[in-house]
Amino acid sequence: MEKTIAGKNIELTEEGYLKNMADWSEDVARELAKEENIELTDEHMAVIKYLREKQEAGEQLTIRKIKNSGIVDIKGFYKLFPGGPLKKASKLAGIPKPTSCV
Amino acid sequence: MNSKDNALKKVSIICAKGNLEDVYASLVLANGALMEGMEAKLFFTFFGLDAITKKRMNKLHTATVGNPAMRMPGGLSFPTLLGILPGVEAGVSSMMRNQMEEIDIPPVGEFLEMFTAGGGEVFACKLAMDMFKMTKEDLWEDVSGVLTVGEFYERSGGENSQIIFT
Repeated sequence: MEKTIAGKNIELTEEGYLKNMADWSEDVARELAKEENIELTDEHMAVIKYLREKQEAGEQLTIRKIKNSGIVDIKGFYKLFPGGPLKKASKLAGIPKPTSCV
Repeated sequence: MNSKDNALKKVSIICAKGNLEDVYASLVLANGALMEGMEAKLFFTFFGLDAITKKRMNKLHTATVGNPAMRMPGGLSFPTLLGILPGVEAGVSSMMRNQMEEIDIPPVGEFLEMFTAGGGEVFACKLAMDMFKMTKEDLWEDVSGVLTVGEFYERSGGENSQIIFT
């Protein structure tokens, strides 16, 4: 489906993940975050950028990677993105839904 | 009602075995539930207690005897008689742990820490503790409590909750 986000037409999957990670911008992230009732802070953005970097490098994303990233600990990660942290953070980062079991 | 309205909200997972692979099955299910935004509790009983026993939790083994699915690297079946030799089970278990590490699955202790940091709770079974003559001091420090079966059920209720026995 197509949706206008931050003034741009963006292709989304049925679950609301960006189909093309190049469509992403910080404004897009902010608008997507509003739908999830999250007010994006610098800390959120640091996690989001880390996820984008790892995705671009072709690495499998897991919650353990976040833990070892030095950006946020697990407790903090669940607090930043309540109710499914890795999925929500991936959605806001404009990358595909995580496919890992951890 | 579609599956979204009726989504699972809480899982209580019972781990009754102390084999490396059985403990990992419980941990992956429990951690996965938290990551889906659900509430999750882990309850360890009988040999599963090894997974939350300080001295043993990071040294769990996989059985090389009595496991017909066991294979050699390369896929040949694993002869039972080989499995009984001293050191073989330890070697195979260490290999399993390395394979887990390769796919970014943490050792048991770290996995449990990730689980509790995410809001999960870990419990031990009172009856099994009594049977093994264990005390709370033998357990990993972040265990939330030692429960009777009744107390376990009391904590496992709620709308759209499931009890899973691995």
